[in-house]
Parts: sequence; C-alpha cells; structure tokens
Amino acid sequence: MSENFNHAQIIKDPDDNYKILGTRPVRHDGVDKVTGRAIYGNDVQLQGLVEGAILRSPEAHARILSIDTSEAEAHPGVLAVTTSADFPDLGDKIANLGEGPVNLAHLAANCLAKDKVLYKGHAVAAVAAQNAHIAREALDLIKVEYEPLPIVTDVLEAMKDGAPLLHEGLLTNLVPGGEKAEAPSNISDHHHFKRGDTEAAFEAAHIVVEREFTTQTVHQGYIEPHVATAHWNQDGQLTVWASTQGSFSAREQTSEVLQIPISKVKVIPCEIGGGFGGKIPIYLEPVAAVLSRKCGRPVKIQMTRDGVFEGTGPTPASFMRIKLGVDEAGKMTAGEAWLAYDTGAFPGGVIGPGVMCVFSCYDIEHAHIDGYDVCVNKPWTKAYRAPGSTHVAYAVESVVDELAEKLEMDPIDLRLLNAAREGTKRVDGPVYPRIGLIETLEAAKNHDHYKSPLEGPNRGRGVAAGFWFNIGLKSAATAHVNADGTVTLLEGSTDIGGTRTSISMQLAETLGIAAEDINPKVADTDSVGYTDITGGSRVTFATGLAAVEVGKDIISQMKERAAKLWECEAADVEFSDGIFSQGDNSISFKELCAKLSRTGGLITARASVDPQGFTNGFGVHICDLEVDVETGKVQILRYTALQDAGKAIHPSYVEGQLQGGSVQGIGWALNEEYLFDEKGHMLNPTMLDYRMPTALDVPMIDTVIIEVPNPSHPFGVRGVGETPIVPPPGAIANAVKSATGIRMTELPMSPPRVHSAITEDGNGAS
Amino acid sequence: MRDFEYKAPATIDEAVTLLAERGSEARVLAGGTDIIVQLREGLRKADLVVDVKKIPELMSLAWRDDGGLDIGGAVPCHVLYNDAKVINAYPSITDSAKIIGGWQIQGRASLGGNLCNSSPAADSIPSLIVEGATCRIAGPGGERFVPVQEFCTAPGANVLTEGEMLVSLTLPPAGESSGSRYMRFIPRNEMDIAVTGTGAWLRLGEGGETVEEARLALSAVAPTPIVAGEAEAWLQGKPATEESFTEAGDIARKAASPISDMRGPADYRTHLVGVLVKRALNGALGRARGGDRNPVIPSGINLC
Amino acid sequence: MGKKIHVSTTINGEAVEFLCEARQSLLEIIRDTLTLTGAKEGCNNGNCGACTVLMNGVPVDSCLVLAVEAEGAELETVESIANEEHLHPLQECFLEGAALQCGICTPGFLVSAKALLDGHPEPTEEEIRFELSGNLCRCTGYDKIVRAVQAASERMKEVK
Repeated sequence: MSENFNHAQIIKDPDDNYKILGTRPVRHDGVDKVTGRAIYGNDVQLQGLVEGAILRSPEAHARILSIDTSEAEAHPGVLAVTTSADFPDLGDKIANLGEGPVNLAHLAANCLAKDKVLYKGHAVAAVAAQNAHIAREALDLIKVEYEPLPIVTDVLEAMKDGAPLLHEGLLTNLVPGGEKAEAPSNISDHHHFKRGDTEAAFEAAHIVVEREFTTQTVHQGYIEPHVATAHWNQDGQLTVWASTQGSFSAREQTSEVLQIPISKVKVIPCEIGGGFGGKIPIYLEPVAAVLSRKCGRPVKIQMTRDGVFEGTGPTPASFMRIKLGVDEAGKMTAGEAWLAYDTGAFPGGVIGPGVMCVFSCYDIEHAHIDGYDVCVNKPWTKAYRAPGSTHVAYAVESVVDELAEKLEMDPIDLRLLNAAREGTKRVDGPVYPRIGLIETLEAAKNHDHYKSPLEGPNRGRGVAAGFWFNIGLKSAATAHVNADGTVTLLEGSTDIGGTRTSISMQLAETLGIAAEDINPKVADTDSVGYTDITGGSRVTFATGLAAVEVGKDIISQMKERAAKLWECEAADVEFSDGIFSQGDNSISFKELCAKLSRTGGLITARASVDPQGFTNGFGVHICDLEVDVETGKVQILRYTALQDAGKAIHPSYVEGQLQGGSVQGIGWALNEEYLFDEKGHMLNPTMLDYRMPTALDVPMIDTVIIEVPNPSHPFGVRGVGETPIVPPPGAIANAVKSATGIRMTELPMSPPRVHSAITEDGNGAS
Repeated sequence: MRDFEYKAPATIDEAVTLLAERGSEARVLAGGTDIIVQLREGLRKADLVVDVKKIPELMSLAWRDDGGLDIGGAVPCHVLYNDAKVINAYPSITDSAKIIGGWQIQGRASLGGNLCNSSPAADSIPSLIVEGATCRIAGPGGERFVPVQEFCTAPGANVLTEGEMLVSLTLPPAGESSGSRYMRFIPRNEMDIAVTGTGAWLRLGEGGETVEEARLALSAVAPTPIVAGEAEAWLQGKPATEESFTEAGDIARKAASPISDMRGPADYRTHLVGVLVKRALNGALGRARGGDRNPVIPSGINLC
Repeated sequence: MGKKIHVSTTINGEAVEFLCEARQSLLEIIRDTLTLTGAKEGCNNGNCGACTVLMNGVPVDSCLVLAVEAEGAELETVESIANEEHLHPLQECFLEGAALQCGICTPGFLVSAKALLDGHPEPTEEEIRFELSGNLCRCTGYDKIVRAVQAASERMKEVK
C-alpha cells in the first residue's frame, strides 16, 4: 500500500505472534459495497412486489375509538389494509427473545396500536398498494377516531403521583422477575444495589461532590431507514427479507407476534445500513406479513425518515443524581447514584445496564444505586450502542473531574488510583476477570496528545473513561472445505461493519491459510445454525469463537485423512502453521484439500457456541476543544480514543469502531436531541434538524489500541464496538469546564445552552 | 405526494400564460430543493408544476454594459460560486450560494428559488439586499421591478400575484472600495438552517479607514429578512474599527424581533445579531481592503 | 392522474427511455425502473446525500429531482465509477483504508468524492470535509473516508 492511512498505535501483548490476526485484508464484501451491487433491504426486487405504507398517530396519547378503512380499501391500486385487529390476541405472554424477556402484547401493540396510541408516530394501520405513492394516498383515507388523553413526556413528571398513566395496570417490578409494587404507576422497574455503609462513608469523606444531570432523547441515526419485505406463500410459509441486526431474533419476534411456528418463518438477512442497537426490535415485519397474506403478493415497506425518528426506538432521556466521596489521598470511599431513564411508551428500557455501568470503572467500597425505568408518551426506547452506559458515564466522569479539580490532582492519576482491575467487585456483584482499564489509562497519560500543551483562550482539555460489557450469547458456523484449498464459511451474524472478515480471519489463523481463502456468507435462518443478534459487542468475539471451533473440527477431520494417506494413526498427525505432518511425511493444508475427494470426500465442519466467560471493555478518551464564548458553540480541535481491544483481529475495523463511536458520542454531547412541543410532537424529525455531525464538524479521531488479552477467548478478543460512544460526553463536558470554568450538567451542550450558562456565570461576553 | 401535471415552457410568455390560467393550482419549479420537499410533505399543493429551467432568461448570467449583473431566477448556486467574476463583484452572494445545503443542493438550488420560497431564514436574501438587488417580475400585465427587501411579505409569502413569476435578479455594478460578507450562525458547521444570518456590505472612504456607506440585512429575526437601517445610518462616516462594528451590532439588535422556536430562543437570536453584524462587517472590511473574496469554509471559531 | 410521461435520457453512457409519473423522483426511477440500486434512499429529503448522482456532471440529490427533469440529461451513478476490469482509485482506497462499515452511505460518498477530485485533484482536508458535508455517515466518524479521498488523490496523481 503506497498511502499512509494513518493506522493506530497498537500496544501489543508481548506473546502475540499471529500470522493473520492483526493484518488488514480487504473485506470480502467490499467490491459489492463500493460498486453499488450489494443488496440492502430496500434493494430487494421480487416478482409481483407491491409496496406498503404505515399510518401513524397524530396524538401522543389517545384512546382509539374506531378505525374505518373502507374508503382506503376502495381506493384504486390498493391491495390490502390492515390494523391490529388482524394480529392474534397475545394476552400478557412473555417470551425470551435473546436479549431478555419481552412482553409480546407490547411488541405487537408497538407494531400496530391496539386500544390506545401511546406516542405521536405510533403505528395505527397499514396499506399495501401497487406502489408507495398510492399506499400513502390511501393512508389519508383511513378514518381514525381518537379520544385524546393527558400526556406526560418528562421522566420526573411521569414518576409523580397523579401523573397521567400510560398503562393502567402497570405495577413496578421491585425485583427483576419477582415482587411488584401494589399501586399502578408509570415506573416499570426499580433496580436497587447497596453495599457497605454509604452514609458513614460520606460522613467520613474528605471531599464530597454531588451533582444532578439531565440528558435528552437521542436516536441511533443509521442512514438506512427500516425496511422489510414479506411474502406469505399459499402453503403457509412466510419469507421475510429483513434489514435486521439478528435474523433469528427477527424470526422469533415475527413468529411470536403472528403466533405461527418458527419453522414456518424464514428470515433472509439483507445487507444492513447501520443499526447501533436500533435494528434489533421488529416494527415492519409482521405488518408486511399480514398485508402479504391478505393480498397474496410480496409486500415491501420502507419507513419514511420521520417515521424512523418518530416510530422507532431511540435511546432514553434521563435524570441522574451522582454523589461521590474521596479521602485525602483521592481514594473513592463512597458513591451514590439515583437514576431515572424514560422507557418511552412501553416498559422495558435500559436502566438495567445503566445501574450496572454507573460505577463500573471504579473500585468503591460503599455504594448505593437506585435506578428507575419510567414510561412516558414518547417512542419506546431501545438499545443504542452501549445502551444506558453513556448517560451514567457523562454524569460520573463529570463528578470525577470535579473531584480531581478539588483535590488538585491530575484527572488521569485520580482515575488510576481508583480504577477497577482484576478482582474488583462491581457494585452490582460481578468480579472482574483480567481487564485493561489501568493499561488504557496509562497509555492515555503517556500519549502525545495528553503531554502536548494546549494554548489559546477559551480552549480546554477533558478526559473521561467508559465501560461496556461483551455479551456472549449463541453463535453457529458451518464450513465446507473445497478441493482448491479454500473454505466456504456460513455464519448467521449480519455484517454491519466488516465482521465477515474479522470472523474469517480467525478461521484462517486457525487453519494457517490466507484470509482471502475463506469465502464467508451470511446465511438465512434455514441455512445456518441459531445465531443471536449482531449487538452487545459480541460478533467478533462469539461468532469468531464458533469459527475457531469450526477450524478445529476441520483440522481434526483432515488429520484423519492425512493418517489415511500415510497409513498411520490420526492421533500421530500434527498440525502447525498450515502444515500436517507425521514423521517424515508432511503436506500443506491446500495439498491435502486436493486429496480429500479421494480419501472419503470433501469435508464439512460445524460448531455452535454459547460462551459464558464473557468480558468487559474499557476506553479512555482525550478531547481538546475551543468554545466560541460569544455564541456558545464548541469546536472539537483534537480527539484521541484509547481502548483495550484484547486482540485487534482487524485493526482497521477496531479503529473504525473507536472513531465512529467517538463521533456519535460527540454528536450526543453537542447537538443531538429530540425536541418536543407541549403536545408531545417531535419538532425535528429530519436529518436537517436532528443534527448529527457532518464531516466538517469533527477532526480526525486518533486511536490507540491496547491489547490486554481476554482470557476467555482463544485469541484474547474483547468486543470493541460499543464502549467508544461512552466517554465522549463526559470528556467534552470536562473540556468545556476547563475552557470556560462552566460545568455543563445538561446534554446536549448545544450553543444556546452553553451560551446561556456562560452568560449566567458572568464570565463570558454578553 | 399527489400526482400533478408537469410542463416545461420554453419562453416567459408561455410560462406566464400557464401560471395565469391555473392560478393557485400552479407552482413554479426551479431547483426544486424546497418545492419538491413541500409537495411531498403536503406543505404546499400543486396540480401543475411549471419547470422554468428551459427558459433561457431564467438560466443565464448576463453582465450588462454598466458593469452590473442579471442573474436568471433559476441559475443554480454552483454556477455562481464557480464564477470568479461573480465572486469578485458580489462576494456576499457567493458566500450564501456556497452554504445553502450541501453541494448536491447547490447543484440545483437557485437564488430566485430561495427568494420565492420566502423563508425568514433564507441564506441568500440578506446578501441580495445588501448587494442592492432588484427583482424582475413577469406577469400577465407585463413586467415590474421590486427591490429585494420589499419582496417577502410574511413567512413563505411574497409580492408575487397569480400568474407572476420571478425572471431575474438585477444587481448594480459593484463599487470601488467596497466589500461584502454573509455569515450565519448554525449549531453544526454545515447542513443547517440559519439561527440568524447577516449580510454586510461596506464602502470605505479614501484611505480605507472610514465607512462611507454600509448596508446590513438580517435573517431569521423577523417574519421576513429585514434591513438594519438604524445601524447602517449610524455607521456612515465612522472609523472602520472593531469598536464601531460592535456598536453597530448593538444597534442592529434593536431591529430584531425574533420568535423562539426549535432553532433557538428569541433572546439568543437577538444576541447573535450583535455578534454576526460585528463579524460580517469585519469580513466585509477585509474584502473592501482587498482581501480574499472567495467563499470561506465555515469551520472554526469566528467563522459562523 | 394523467398518462405517464415519456422520458429519454442517458445514464452511465447508455441511452435509455422510461415512463414515469410527474411526482416520481429521479431516485425512484433509477432504482425501481432502471434497477440501478446503488443510489440509496436515506432521508428522501435532501439531507443525507445517500442518493447522490451526477446530472450533467453536477452532483445532485436524486431524491430532490423529478424524473421528468432527466429528459435529455446525462446521468452518472455509482455503478459507472469502476470500469469493466478495475475499480477506480477511490474505490480501491475506500476498501484498503476501511472507509466503510455498513456501506449504505458509500455510493453517495463515492459519487461526491469523484466529482470533487475530478474538479479539484488536490483538495485540502478542510475542502474534503466541506464538500462532503452533504453526505452523512453514521458509522465511520469520517476519519477513514477523508483519508481514503486523500489517498485516492495521491494515487490518481501517480497514475497521471
């Protein structure tokens, strides 16, 4: 390669001597994606395909009194109209759909509202027609009678006695899956962790800082709108072409909502135009399926962009109160967190990970955490990259920064003193295995960025740490060994960022062949073993593990073939660096492949894994910025993201995750938010007014990859996808403080907010 | 969106006849970057869309003998900012043209369309005002001319009556010792609607130290783009300094009567008028003194 | 409404004809009628650039062009960037520099970037960021995209 693509600094594990891992091959699906040939969800073309459209509620909270679809059905070109009346009655059935329990009635009622609409944009009915224009015309002909109800959109308001109730029978879960509150409220869950004696510890602390923080609703902002195509065949077989983070999860959700056996549903995953957690839930699949059943044609529905903003699951707004105490040396002795996240229209938000993540970077002896999931008249919130963790990191890292200031201590030194390490017990219980937070903090401290002076007025530097889990979950893979020495790999993880290649590289390393000799395919739900979602920073880790297991199976089968050739015992055949050998005999992987067909036929191997020993990823970010004190606008000048990746399989993709997550976090910190009017209507459901960063808004994002191998993966892999979004708001808030003296306790730190804070403080220009 | 008829007349007369016949059912299509969105979202309705891009006068840049320029109503932004002569003569206009949407929008959007859309936040209108543009309007009763600052009447509304269309924008010759600058404030650095915008134009007296004449126009602080007349008058004869420009900004703020909306609170917008007037005047001053007239990439402090 | 309208145009060097309704966007026709699905719909509103194509050599959001306006025009889409045998240097650099993750914005970026380099072979980083700001990417944080355009600019210079 002649050009310098400016690769990350990699701080390697000394024992690392891999051949394939750590290299940067071109992705297997690359040419299709740069020539426009890759088939994304909306690129599916089928015989007789028709198009659908969704009618959305103009009310944020209302009872549906009646729906009259007769005029729409009679409109020329309309083929079918559906409402929730076409869905089976699901009662209160709970199903475990891979990411925890889901109330199926809620899932169905979010796809098409049943008795009530709970947010502006809630889907109410759908039309299939010869084309999308006709379908949209027909939406205007559907008459829905609403009885408007009082609304509540603010999380603290919704917790008050007397707040309008979204779900009349909702009783707070006091213990997950167990005891419930006696009186109904909007609070769906209360999580509570306590250890030690926080009161006494705060009493004894040298310095205590307590602050309140708020954040607003933000969206994942994937560029591809949700799209699904369904064909319900006359034999009862339903095929769905989906843009989903999990084809098996989409299959289960669809079969449960429609109450048909999973064997009757096949999900074909298309290329997916971004997800970030938002394409785990289903919205369109069962609706397109019912329309297809009604009209006998395949039906494609693509959401409009405002439909995506208003009708899918953003991530919650929050209110947080954080209190931390330190002793004279700066050791954290006590922590208290009170967190309330809005879940939107239905129970089941992301407060669970929020309470687990809040003090996850630090070793704090006495701690007390309360967290609440609260229903409000906004879209049903869903996962967004490290769901629930960015909120709390913003709050906690701000308080840690303030402690460092009061202690007159370097903010990285304070974090190093208190950092979680192997053996640290998180407040919610788990004990950390080998983790790399200390190494990452040290790398930050030694980085040129941190050591370079930052000069000029209104400029500041901030640092923050962040944490996210790697979930394990289930993955499967199948491989066919070809006579020419290549391997076809079937796997079930939809590829959003190059995982075909990161998985193939692990198989190639195992087999001692080139990454290009693996031909990976993301298969449909009939063609590969059960695989959980692409999410939870798990694919390179868990599906990679399945590929490694497949590789071991291939080697063991090929040893038998070599033994046959050499008339020896398979146990005596050795395999190393792509060569099978026994005594003086040796044969390369490729050469042996050519002999497979004569020694019993070509080989197929398979593996299913369900790793339990999952791990944790930590990141540290450094941000320099300048505040335009006359306008309150913040410009990011320099940004460095450091993270422990365990082992970076394909370093470019690790860098890409660090950079992409950082910029999403920068957007969240500075400008992104849902704006609502008093009726609960979103004011900015466009990519113009929901201001995600453009190329001109950010600098290059420097990255440092630290490799502290994960003991529970053969190559030491840690998932890296989600952690990078966690530190930015905290790092930016700390840098704004350093630039202006103002501590911003509300996200986003948009120009009017920053300007108003500066003006109120009296330090800035009027 | 509802379907509609599409016509692409080749002459102004044909276009005016169509518009007059169909009255409020008809809409003019120039670059389409506003009207197509509005039709799609049902914000405006049309049974007939009249594409004016086949009419030569609407698509031409014509330098007159007096040194002035007629910009056809449908000339896309990219033609303007890729023309060194236009940049040199009317730099605030090319500042505006370079930041209306991304360059895919600039490949289609025109100043005439931006004006006829009549948004209070339109990026090109303050520039057209300070450069002294006049609208040439054709209609069933013949032609008439309206100064740009009198064109918009309310958000989304203007002086065009049924059957009328904007043909071109007529700019006077650019004077000696003058310079202009358009600046807007947006939360991002690109792809945004102005929270407020300011067009500033200056002519310096001999020696280049005093302001002989100033023009200031503001967007997004009133139902239409407005002239900051008091500040203009105050600047006349003042030294061309940061202090004068700051004072002019304070005076200009009095002309602002913004609303609070999702793009910014009213008091913040009024505050920004002062900041932008000062910065835009500084930019105009630099150009009047011979500085670079090319559009400025709006990234970094003080550039927006 | 009335009958469909007949349009003759040129796309990627090939003369084509199609019938459309006046309300149909150029993006719809390119994707659904001409089955060139490289241009993507991200917002249908001119705010994301995923549908960028060249119309008479100028980058436009094809969602904000009526298909009838393509009469007599020369259109170029992402499908025309590579030749029969080779990828364009921009495509090579996007792949080698890992400048795409999900890839949905990639066709729009490639069309914009090609227009940029064709008109301005050695842009600065700031110019690249400015001219590409009408193309949104949510995966990469733009770093690797900007570097790929820089690398392609270098590579195209070497070829010349």
